[in-house]
Amino acid sequence: MSKEEPILLTPKLSPTEKGAQFFFLACAIVALGQMFLITVFLLAEAGGLLATVSLPEFLFSKEWYPTYRPPEFGALALILGSVAVTICSSLIAAPVGLALAVYLSCLAGRRVRELAKPAVELMAGIPSVVLGFIGLVVVAPFLQETLDLPTGLNVLNASVILAVMAIPSIASLGEDALTAVPRDVQDASYALGATRWETIFKVTVPAATSGLSTAVILGLGRALGETLVVLMVAGGAAQIPTSIFDSVRPLTATLAAEMGETAIGSAHYHALFALGVVLFVLTMAFNLLAYWLGRRWRRG
Amino acid sequence: MFLTGFALKDRQTREALALWAIRLLGGSFLLVMAALVLYLAVQGAGAISWEFLTQFPRDSMTAGGIWPAIVGTFGLAVGSMVVSIPLGFGAAIYLAEYARPGPLLTAVRLGVNNLAGVPSVVFGLFGLAIFVTFFGFGRSLLSGCLTLGILTLPTVTAAAEESLRQTPASFREAALALGANRWQAIRQVVLPAALPGMLTGAILALGRAAGETAPIIFTASAALTLDEPESIFSEVMALPTHIFNLATNGAHIEATRPQQFGTCLTLVALVLGLSLFALILRARLRKGRKW
Amino acid sequence: MAKNWAIRLGAVLGLALLSFWALWDLKGQATAGGRAAVPARGQTARISGSTTLLPFTQKAAEEYLKKYPHESVTVSGTGSGEGVKSLIDGVVDLAASSRDLSPEEVDRAKANRVTLVRHAVAQDGLAVIVQAKNPVRALTMGQLKGIYLGEILNWRDLGGEDRVIVPINRDSSSGTFEMWVELVLHGLKHRPDAQVQSSSGAVAYAVAGNRHAIGYVGLGFLGGEVGLVAVDGVEASLATVEDGSYPISRPLYVFSRVDASPAAQKFLDFLQGPEGQALLGAEGYAPARRN
Repeated sequence: MSKEEPILLTPKLSPTEKGAQFFFLACAIVALGQMFLITVFLLAEAGGLLATVSLPEFLFSKEWYPTYRPPEFGALALILGSVAVTICSSLIAAPVGLALAVYLSCLAGRRVRELAKPAVELMAGIPSVVLGFIGLVVVAPFLQETLDLPTGLNVLNASVILAVMAIPSIASLGEDALTAVPRDVQDASYALGATRWETIFKVTVPAATSGLSTAVILGLGRALGETLVVLMVAGGAAQIPTSIFDSVRPLTATLAAEMGETAIGSAHYHALFALGVVLFVLTMAFNLLAYWLGRRWRRG
Repeated sequence: MFLTGFALKDRQTREALALWAIRLLGGSFLLVMAALVLYLAVQGAGAISWEFLTQFPRDSMTAGGIWPAIVGTFGLAVGSMVVSIPLGFGAAIYLAEYARPGPLLTAVRLGVNNLAGVPSVVFGLFGLAIFVTFFGFGRSLLSGCLTLGILTLPTVTAAAEESLRQTPASFREAALALGANRWQAIRQVVLPAALPGMLTGAILALGRAAGETAPIIFTASAALTLDEPESIFSEVMALPTHIFNLATNGAHIEATRPQQFGTCLTLVALVLGLSLFALILRARLRKGRKW
Repeated sequence: MAKNWAIRLGAVLGLALLSFWALWDLKGQATAGGRAAVPARGQTARISGSTTLLPFTQKAAEEYLKKYPHESVTVSGTGSGEGVKSLIDGVVDLAASSRDLSPEEVDRAKANRVTLVRHAVAQDGLAVIVQAKNPVRALTMGQLKGIYLGEILNWRDLGGEDRVIVPINRDSSSGTFEMWVELVLHGLKHRPDAQVQSSSGAVAYAVAGNRHAIGYVGLGFLGGEVGLVAVDGVEASLATVEDGSYPISRPLYVFSRVDASPAAQKFLDFLQGPEGQALLGAEGYAPARRN
């Protein structure tokens, strides 16, 4: 940051110079202000719910009957629905995504990598509604028929599709982390007589651990916040899942399905914003965790 | 002798097995993705025709085309860039060129980072609360553009800042040494060098905006419009919501299956085309760069 | 230094105020456009609301525009609650609804000093459906209630195959769901693991592909791979719904504001007139009962 010193010593800034600086500062403040505004609006709209139910009741009751008379707003089943699909999808996405990252960065030949890396990045951009559509049209009937299930719209289906969505971003970020491991560390390992496998798993991967965990956590955060996939293929039943073949109604799906149809200012409307706050807090925790791990990685 | 030889062989077998397991896992996912795109292409190609791309839906969506959805998605994506490019580039210039380390910089950076992780449906809630209701724009192209603009702001800002930071400090120093003030240095030296990189990020964000569904369900989208949008206060159709509506909300889910696949293919081609364009642009930039 | 900060703060606040003012100015335009005084080119009748009525309103809009090419109509189906809300807010001109106004909506309209007018446009019945291969084709209201409350869990107990029953619900905000809870469940809580689909078309599609399933849809959604279940000995049909002998039937409404725009009034007249009512049968509704 030494480059700015000469400017500070200049006694008088020209009006354009000043104007430009103000303008860019203002842009930055507005960008920051968005975050602030989102937080304020969410909290303000969610706060109205406290007039109807208490916070513990909202968080720990599993009865979600928002349009009954009297309505019941218990978010537990919805929260656990989100948690269930996120965990199940991570069980698929983390191993496959990391394997793909290792494959791309350590095993693939130059030509495969040069093709596959951009291809993986492109796949990360496939709109979620298209993947949800595939889940609805292809995966659900397939699951239902081959496993003879009561329904193909369940935790398993949603997790598979979410994993397909998260794997490219985990692989891409993970590959970056692995490639950033200094070449000489690996050379040293080979010089000591280690095999490729030993070098990869005892030297390269441990050196990139925090980068890899950031990749997985960001991938999970994406799965947690994803809406269209779970809206289309999770089945929509507001129950606490006991198996991967149960239907669930994750937070995001509830928001998307019900927000369009509720009267502004009603208790239901406030309850949906409260769900938004829960979702916001959960993803924020994921982000901070990733940020913290990422900093450790950069330091290490 | 014999023992070490055996152990070595065992070690090699394990090695080969493990590496092939990794190759298999990684490779099979690449195959799954390729199969997925191929499947969409084969299923969708049958539905796509000139009429499909240029006509309004007819007969309760079972015939006709998706023209209004294409127009709507185009309007929403471009409009969101009108919001996020000036703001995002401005914020990036501040972060990369003006800001001194301190609480403000940390706050802005944390804020922008966190904004990037907020689920898109929460942006939809926010857009509904502030643009649709508070400002009274209703469900409209305008509300949708503003919501998507905020959604893409972190992507645009981060990419622009990255590109600005990659411009060598010597460029600025040279300009300042020649007597330019800081704004002149930025405008005439730094920006021309960094702009292509900044625009690459914006194109990627454009692709994302075109493919988003959740934020526009309650801020912009109509199931059917029988006219092109007349003003920024019109409701619009969009490709992602059209797929969603036809596949889950429609009256004739089976009968509109070809339309659903056709719309999916159109959307995927649009989004992947934009991203591919950005990736190629980025690769060429990296090659052509002289610093 | 202090002065410097004051200037910066002032500039930022000024810019914030400026952008707020710009948005507020747009708000003025938006609300002016949203009320009855639509500009000449924007003679648009905007209808939103119940997805149950969507096939009818879409088809009617098509026919209407064939007859009056210079008029303009936008149709969206978002649910009865949303439609009425948008009508009160002045975001749409007509709201399709599968139920009467709720007490909250009446209060809301009063609070906003809006007078709403109810128009019955069709008579609808909820048909109970199972997959075509399911042998159970007659149930009582009591059995339906037992199935949805989770007291009857297997088709065996209803004289069918030994399979678990998968009940399918409509979204909790839909008028269809509300009617089902009121007429069949008498306000009791349905079992929490019932599937949820977001439209009648989606319910029909899900039931068609699932031998375990049971669902309820409007008459317009029958056909294909689903079998109709008689309720209390009466099969749902246009005739039994119109004469009221079928137990699960109801009127469908379109609400307008008392000061509806000419464009909205014209479209409403079309829906209620002979041309509009003639379209009902093809979409599976009985004509509105005159009262």
